[in-house]
Amino acid sequence: MHEYSIVASLIDRVQHEAAVHGGSRVHRLHLKIGELSGVEVDLLKTAFDTFRERTICDGAELAIDTVAPAWACPACNQCLAAGAVLRCSTCGRPARMVQGDEIILERIEMEAPDV
Amino acid sequence: MCETCGCGDPEIVPIEVQERILSDNDAQAGHNRSHFEGLGVLAINLMGSPGAGKTAVLEATAKAAAGRLKLGAVSGDLATERDADRLNAAGIVSSTITTGSACHLDARLVHHALHHFPSNDRDIFFIENVGNLVCPAIYDLGQAANVVTLSVTEGEDKPLKYPVMFQKADLVLLTKTDLIPHLDFDVGAVEDALARVMPGARMLKVSARTGDGIDAWLHWLQERRPEPAERPPKAHAHHGHGHQHGHSHEQR
Repeated sequence: MHEYSIVASLIDRVQHEAAVHGGSRVHRLHLKIGELSGVEVDLLKTAFDTFRERTICDGAELAIDTVAPAWACPACNQCLAAGAVLRCSTCGRPARMVQGDEIILERIEMEAPDV
Repeated sequence: MCETCGCGDPEIVPIEVQERILSDNDAQAGHNRSHFEGLGVLAINLMGSPGAGKTAVLEATAKAAAGRLKLGAVSGDLATERDADRLNAAGIVSSTITTGSACHLDARLVHHALHHFPSNDRDIFFIENVGNLVCPAIYDLGQAANVVTLSVTEGEDKPLKYPVMFQKADLVLLTKTDLIPHLDFDVGAVEDALARVMPGARMLKVSARTGDGIDAWLHWLQERRPEPAERPPKAHAHHGHGHQHGHSHEQR
């Protein structure tokens, strides 16, 4: 259950941003989570609901964009079909992941009178 | 003024971050990588299920490399020091990272272990992760390569069931191959599964029990070691990589 450790890092980061911007209450966090990031969105939400209490994120909402994985050839940029062998059918090069492993904090919506 | 949700509340502001949530771990991993590179050490993050044969592979590696390579290891273990005891007995200088209930190693735990490690004079340093095919894949530790052990008794479909782990692997060691005659295990099926989750899939078949395939594994490791010319003088290397510390290095 590494989702708990990810939530701990997330709340630390939000506390840091709040200190920098003179923020007080956090209303919403926007995250981007790839389907091949190894993070389960439901477990992340459960962990957040547990850990946000008595932190600056108490009562805050998680808005999560999930990102489907995509692979392409690094040379000819041809996209591969889902579930295919991860090798370009034209030139034989190993594919490169284009998206799908994101674990990103995009934006914080917070009460910050000084901004 | 909140411009994103339309609530019109004048005191809610959007703060753009656009960073990885694990950026602190990534920074610590970069620091560990500098340590390893500064010492001219090849660092390997060895992952796999509990019982996949991580410790047994390292024991067989030590036997095959005796007199040729100086090996070191830290073992992530929830509750005991059994793995490090086995590795020390096999001739690998080893210590344990006791993780308690944590399911993975992170860069901070490895850094702490490096500072208390009894030797700076190793050619290859193995980070034997906690037995788990999920959580360890997410955390960069500062390794040069990820190696995943998959034993023949786990079944051919594990790469498809745990794609994140195998996607991050630079090499898969198919272990316990001496058991294949006793099982309905299809090596071709596991190769096909790997090709669908692991770009540039590479797998070596090994048996720690018979020693089969261990030479090819040693060769794979040797190929990844830094060239001697790239290795700085070891006596000075520890402080040669220009990073900021909030603490002192211990001298040995």
